[in-house]
Amino acid sequence: MGMDVQKVIEVKDLEKTFSGHAAIAGVSFDVNRSEIFGLLGANGAGKTTAISILLGLVTPNEGSTVKIFGHDLEPNRIAILQRCNFMSAYASLPANLSVMENLKVFGRLYRVKRLSQRITELAELLEIQPLLKRITGELSSGQATRVGLAKALLNEPELLLLDEPTASLDPDIADRVRKILKRIQQERQLSIVYTSHNMRDVEELCDRIIFMREGKILSQGSPQQVIDEFGEDSLEEVFIRVSREGASV
Amino acid sequence: MHESVSRSAAFHPAGFFDVTKVWALLLRYNYLYRRSPPRLLEIIFWPVMDLLVWGFLTTYLKQGAVDVPGAVTFLIGGMILWDVLYRSQQGVSLSFMEDMWSHNLINIFAAPVRVREFLVATYGVGFIKVFLVTVVLGFMSLWFYDFALFSLGASLLPLFVNLLILGWSMGMLTTGLILRFGHAAQALAWGVPFLIQPLSAVFYPVSVLPAWLQPVAWCLPSTHVFEGMRAVMNGGGFPTSSLLWATGLNVIYVIVAASVFAGIFHAAREKGLLNKIGTR
Repeated sequence: MGMDVQKVIEVKDLEKTFSGHAAIAGVSFDVNRSEIFGLLGANGAGKTTAISILLGLVTPNEGSTVKIFGHDLEPNRIAILQRCNFMSAYASLPANLSVMENLKVFGRLYRVKRLSQRITELAELLEIQPLLKRITGELSSGQATRVGLAKALLNEPELLLLDEPTASLDPDIADRVRKILKRIQQERQLSIVYTSHNMRDVEELCDRIIFMREGKILSQGSPQQVIDEFGEDSLEEVFIRVSREGASV
Repeated sequence: MHESVSRSAAFHPAGFFDVTKVWALLLRYNYLYRRSPPRLLEIIFWPVMDLLVWGFLTTYLKQGAVDVPGAVTFLIGGMILWDVLYRSQQGVSLSFMEDMWSHNLINIFAAPVRVREFLVATYGVGFIKVFLVTVVLGFMSLWFYDFALFSLGASLLPLFVNLLILGWSMGMLTTGLILRFGHAAQALAWGVPFLIQPLSAVFYPVSVLPAWLQPVAWCLPSTHVFEGMRAVMNGGGFPTSSLLWATGLNVIYVIVAASVFAGIFHAAREKGLLNKIGTR
């Protein structure tokens, strides 16, 4: 397969059109092993579409290349998803099941061995032991996020796709979630693809980012490189400038 | 680092079907129903209400209130077997809708779950619902109305299975339409089976239908099942011909429904519909 083991994701000339509108227009990027990679941009920039394509939930236009773990995504989707996991602020675990029940169901879907032990480990790591018997729909946003992360880590994924995991969290809880993510990423050398509107998340967590607008990459590099490229003081200022002016570098 | 690199190097292609994942999805529905008495009650409530209405109507007709042939117990048999079809279809489409309502569809399809595994799990839900309803209604109809569903004998199982499978096909079509047209199409989950009820000759023989409509009715597996049921109840023995027709048509219906669903699912991935209906 000629896989560069450092590259977990290889995307080349990615295009996706919905009803004549280009949601993603010729985007290329790689994600390396043990790297937190940020996809940034305002609403409609194409971040969620890109994550959905990486999960096989949306098919890209012909001519696009999407390889994960060195293998073409489409023909190997199930084998690849077995080694990935996902969490989104816009998807929920079934509200009327207990946290433990949800983790058991997803643990089986991902064929997790020694599932009870794994749930206990994650409950300890994410401090959700007191929540295991609670009904998922009754959890606060912060608790639900930690439970969502537990689900996302059940199968010890090599690649984690996180779509705005700190959306709707207060700053304190968002900070805790960031710290947890950073710790897990360092301990397990996970590769993470991360989308967020919270620029503090991104500056604190991401090794590299791409800034997207209307389906195209405006800039890429480390957060500091992107800030410098735009001549601004922070990513938040870059974000505002790009959103309001459609600025290019 | 070493470990993850070596794990990546060992790439194991996935197989065709994984029963473990079907069990996992069934476990999810088991938890759902156990935690929700209204859902559990709903499985039995409407069929029991139907049975009471049709049962008392049958009792009234049997008392000679109106001049009808003696075998009015067809009504109870028809009602119970119709419920097999209806609950089977609902098992498939409501299972999909439960995941849509709970914004969990994306979690399911972002997991290593094949569409065929998801569908087979929904068939399982349909089968369990149908089994429960049939047993409850079978005993209730015996106690209340002296109607022995199980007197259909060896014919009962193939009649039951044919309706179960037709329900799965209709469930796939309904689910496909909901996937394609979104929340606005949810009413189809309850309405679609009734599109074929008038032609299925559930409560009356096909001969009652206008002559031009009868060939259309004979294209439905359910029509052959209900004609077969009446033949058995009339003492006609095992309805081989009806069952062969029903089974043959069911094979075609399953292939068509599965192909349509697969096509719609493929289109849904192209159009990003899973994201639209599966997230908040």
